[in-house]
Amino acid sequence: MSGRVLVGVKRVIDYAVKIRVKPDNSGVVTDGVKHSMNPFCEIAVEEAVKLKEKKLIKEVVAVSCGPQQSQETIRTALAMGADRGIHVEVSGKDYEALGPLQVSKILAALAKKEEAQLVILGKQAIDDDCNQTGQMTAALLDWPQGTFASEVSLEGDKVKVVREIDGGLETIKINTPAVLTADLRLNTPRYATLPNIMKAKKKKVVNMKPADLGVDVATRLEVLRVDEPPQRQAGVKVETVEDLVGKLKETGRI
Amino acid sequence: MAAICRLARINGLASSICSWHRLTLNKSSQSRGIASCIDPSHGLTDEQKEFQKVAFDFAANEMSPHMAEWDQKEIFPVETMRKAAQLGFGGIYVQPDVGGSGLSRLDTSIIFEALSTGCVSTTAYMSIHNMCAWMIDTFGNNEQREKFCPDLCLMEKFASYCLTEPGSGSDAASLLTSAQQKGDHYILNGSKAFISGGGDTDLYVVMCRTGGKGPKGISCLVVEKGTPGLTFGKKEKKVGWNSQPTRAVIFEDCAVPVTNRLGEEGQGFSIAMKGLNGGRINIASCSLGAAHASVQLARDHLLVRKQFGETLSNNQFLQFKLAEMATKLVASRLLVREAATALQEDRSDAVPLCSMAKLFATDQCFHICNQALQMHGGYGYLKDYAVQQFVRDIRVHQILEGTNEVMRMIISRSLLTEA
Repeated sequence: MSGRVLVGVKRVIDYAVKIRVKPDNSGVVTDGVKHSMNPFCEIAVEEAVKLKEKKLIKEVVAVSCGPQQSQETIRTALAMGADRGIHVEVSGKDYEALGPLQVSKILAALAKKEEAQLVILGKQAIDDDCNQTGQMTAALLDWPQGTFASEVSLEGDKVKVVREIDGGLETIKINTPAVLTADLRLNTPRYATLPNIMKAKKKKVVNMKPADLGVDVATRLEVLRVDEPPQRQAGVKVETVEDLVGKLKETGRI
Repeated sequence: MAAICRLARINGLASSICSWHRLTLNKSSQSRGIASCIDPSHGLTDEQKEFQKVAFDFAANEMSPHMAEWDQKEIFPVETMRKAAQLGFGGIYVQPDVGGSGLSRLDTSIIFEALSTGCVSTTAYMSIHNMCAWMIDTFGNNEQREKFCPDLCLMEKFASYCLTEPGSGSDAASLLTSAQQKGDHYILNGSKAFISGGGDTDLYVVMCRTGGKGPKGISCLVVEKGTPGLTFGKKEKKVGWNSQPTRAVIFEDCAVPVTNRLGEEGQGFSIAMKGLNGGRINIASCSLGAAHASVQLARDHLLVRKQFGETLSNNQFLQFKLAEMATKLVASRLLVREAATALQEDRSDAVPLCSMAKLFATDQCFHICNQALQMHGGYGYLKDYAVQQFVRDIRVHQILEGTNEVMRMIISRSLLTEA
């Protein structure tokens, strides 16, 4: 096994920013807004770095698909302990239309090219909440997938994954190579240390285009309109339980 | 970096973020990325932005939630500071060969400014600790550097800077603590006042008189806690800076090895002043952080609080006031960063520029925080709201590390003694 782990990191609007819809309802305002690494991607990077520290894998490669600024996100991954980075440059209209299907095609191509043993991703991005890229990547590669992972352990050429599912926790054992997606409780990402940030400067980040991987990023989706969620309506106070039941029946809730 | 607390909010997101913000005004102050005209990451290199990000994250996750408790219970947060030291914040501008991070003064300013948004008092102590570590790193010989710096950089040991005495504050060169050489020891007698960390820290960088009167008779000694003859006064009760203890440091026939002297005899005052140039930038940076946090708190409050049928943010007087606060903040920040660059490059204007930066930034930032408190109305006066702690904590920045009056002395001297 190559001992190489590919980690996908996405540059998203920072979680603390108040999102604003563009006046033409075509999307969300991103210009001049603070961006950072998707929190679930941070957890994915942390897991990969932990595996390397336990000497279970040899190399962590951070990948990001996006415009020039995605390199900042790769640098953060390098500062956390990734060994090198790959920036797949997608900008302009292509970037606005970039979604899980195209990204998973890119990741699948890279996973084959890099002979990755594992591909670790965040379970979903906090901007689109798709929760699709991991699963699609596994399908394109015909690899097993361990999604919503809250615990990962390598056992020889298999991976034991404890998954957070609606009913509780499910433990599965899958062959490698495999795709894993990180859930909230998998780990607590480390702070980058000042020395690691400086070391990250010297780590290599390779630039490429989707076409170099033979991937067509044309989208099959068209966003028609983006709106804010409806304003919260005022509630109604009722005096008795009968009133409450009556109101619920009235609005068709029961 | 503790994605857990952030993601738990996103994952459990049902009710509006707005009400959450209103209920927990103390913690929500770490909203980042809004109000981009005062964004402190403008003009920084990518690497500096990374340093700043780590510092902001650390401040938001490890310091801000505890800021009020540390203040009210007067807790010296040793474990949190050690966590910070693990990231490299214990000796930011100390050389890497003895465990430091080897960064520039500007990098340091950016880091302290960000950390200060989490807790001014703790960050200010960390800056004093950093200053002491730098003094040993720069003026110590190799034995001293190797003996003291690694522990300081990891904050295994903490340091205090001892210059001020009951009888000599602004007139620092008139200090009286004497160090008489007897064999291979100096015997120290005297006392130091208002020492940050005093009694709880392990290493004391002490300016004392080995020679005649005036600055040329002063030397710098490193005194270790536990040395017989080293005792401490009572813990002072302060208006702010409560997460660090302040005590008098008393020497009664305290024997300190001559090998603990930094530099030459008579060099102590110069070492002390060189330490303070950097210290002044650091303290000014702490004021910047507090002002930045306060402007954000004020802004958030104006958008939420309604009177006379509309939010305060529609009131032109308050809009103008906020604009003035933002302008003063950015102006202060620019001056502090310029001074940091000048000091790093050892420019001829570095010393007066550091004094200007300290004078201007600490004064302006206090006004900013004070105005932010005023904008909160009655709520600003309650300890449930963070803004009053920023005001109380940075008030002392106009006094220590050289009063703002002494800053004026330094600047005017630089102007009037030029040929």
